[in-house]
Amino acid sequence: MSARTWTIAELGRAIRSGRLSAESATRECLDRIAERNPTINAYVTVLADEAIAQARQADAELARGHDRGPLHGVPLSLKDIIDMRDVPTTAATRVRAGHVAGHDSPVVTRLREAGAVLLGKANLHEFAFGTTNEDSAFGPVRHPLDPNRSPGGSSGGSAASVLDGMAYASIGTDTGGSVRIPSAACGLVGLKPTFGEVPLDGIVPLSNTMDHVGPLCRSVEDAASVYDTLCGRPPHRRSARSLQGLRIGVLRGYFTALLDPQVAAAFDSACARLAGAGAILGDAEIPHASDIAPIYLHIVLSEAAALHAKTLDSHADAYTPNVRIRLEMGRYILAEDYVRALRGRQILIEEVDAGLHRHDVLLLPSLAVPAVRLGAVAIKIGAVEEPVRNLTLRLTQLFNITGHPAITLPCGATTDGLPIGAQLVGARNQTDALLSAAAAAEGCFVATSRL
Amino acid sequence: MTIKAWLETAIQDAEKRNLPGLRPLLEALARSTSALRTADWNHDATGESDSMPPDVR
Repeated sequence: MSARTWTIAELGRAIRSGRLSAESATRECLDRIAERNPTINAYVTVLADEAIAQARQADAELARGHDRGPLHGVPLSLKDIIDMRDVPTTAATRVRAGHVAGHDSPVVTRLREAGAVLLGKANLHEFAFGTTNEDSAFGPVRHPLDPNRSPGGSSGGSAASVLDGMAYASIGTDTGGSVRIPSAACGLVGLKPTFGEVPLDGIVPLSNTMDHVGPLCRSVEDAASVYDTLCGRPPHRRSARSLQGLRIGVLRGYFTALLDPQVAAAFDSACARLAGAGAILGDAEIPHASDIAPIYLHIVLSEAAALHAKTLDSHADAYTPNVRIRLEMGRYILAEDYVRALRGRQILIEEVDAGLHRHDVLLLPSLAVPAVRLGAVAIKIGAVEEPVRNLTLRLTQLFNITGHPAITLPCGATTDGLPIGAQLVGARNQTDALLSAAAAAEGCFVATSRL
Repeated sequence: MTIKAWLETAIQDAEKRNLPGLRPLLEALARSTSALRTADWNHDATGESDSMPPDVR
């Protein structure tokens, strides 16, 4: 297995034992980018010279005994919505043509302090406003396992870069599911922390009350290390949690009513394995689950429209048509309906909290269908035909509304080898406990193959 | 404003702005707004259809 498919933890051990240098790992990623990016289109900007310089610095520091922690010398990609000084933040749009960031965002400052090697900026769905990464000023990102499919979005370039060995992890953003959707589609671990845990300064906003920053990684351990860094605290070893006695509330009903049959089978299998390992599975419910989609839609459209109103008037033709028309839709929402949606948010927060009073974590599928074919507008499941956007957001958007931390783990694959994810949800401000539970569950799930 | 009136106004405005592609999206949004407005947790100033008491949720 090539080193570029290792986890961050595996790479860290190799660097510290002298088997591999940070510079070698970085060059291997850059070679992979040169080879594969013309097909996959995961990167918008590659910072080869800067990355090699950072890697050499990491090697020199480690040789002197100055160890900055798990991310020291580790090559990462950043969703191109996050400011890095002196580098354009394109947000995958021509609206921002000519932009160059004047400062690092706080998350980048923290990554630099942790000694991470920043390989470049990853492609995304324009302005993070989509779930397929098809609408981008730089063209669509292609799924590394099937170039006729989307890797999911909006952090599609991030997910594809990690799955394809072009980075060891990536930093994405998640407003309705944009870390978890591509992570599930690409067989990665994707974490959306509690709302507000990771600073959003220097990140192009989409929805002020639902934007989150989170990692896309190959393991829960890696996600925890990146999460600690993004929060601005030293990475720390969490107490190991056994599955024995872990109370898991399984969300069915609305959350399992519209699933691809192979996703449904993989989810049921994951539940059985967890129970077999000693977890206590019970039923959980969100009584107003049928209101999730309208609540999400009215919040995200209103907040996005407020942020984009000026440029929709001044730079209308610089948007991709699909993103432009959806942003325009938001300008018609009445204030009274936005306020209704905020009331609905409170109801949903109470219902998720109630579920977590009775269970340690909640469990549901992450993505209702495997990676979607590029160009698909709707997908038929049984007798129901549902728009791609609605289907891909269906299982993730609730926790953007409520702010609860949520993590997707690979739990299987289709007969065609497309990854399937299961999602764990924790109590607000208890992301550490969620990560401990996820680490315990990870061992139960089938690992998808790395390229 | 009723949803019917809102939709008519919104479609007229979209057509005036030469955005015909907005029509189906606005129609879909109208259905979503209808669902939002008829949800049982909405406040009613008359008090006749108050949302469920907290201990029932």
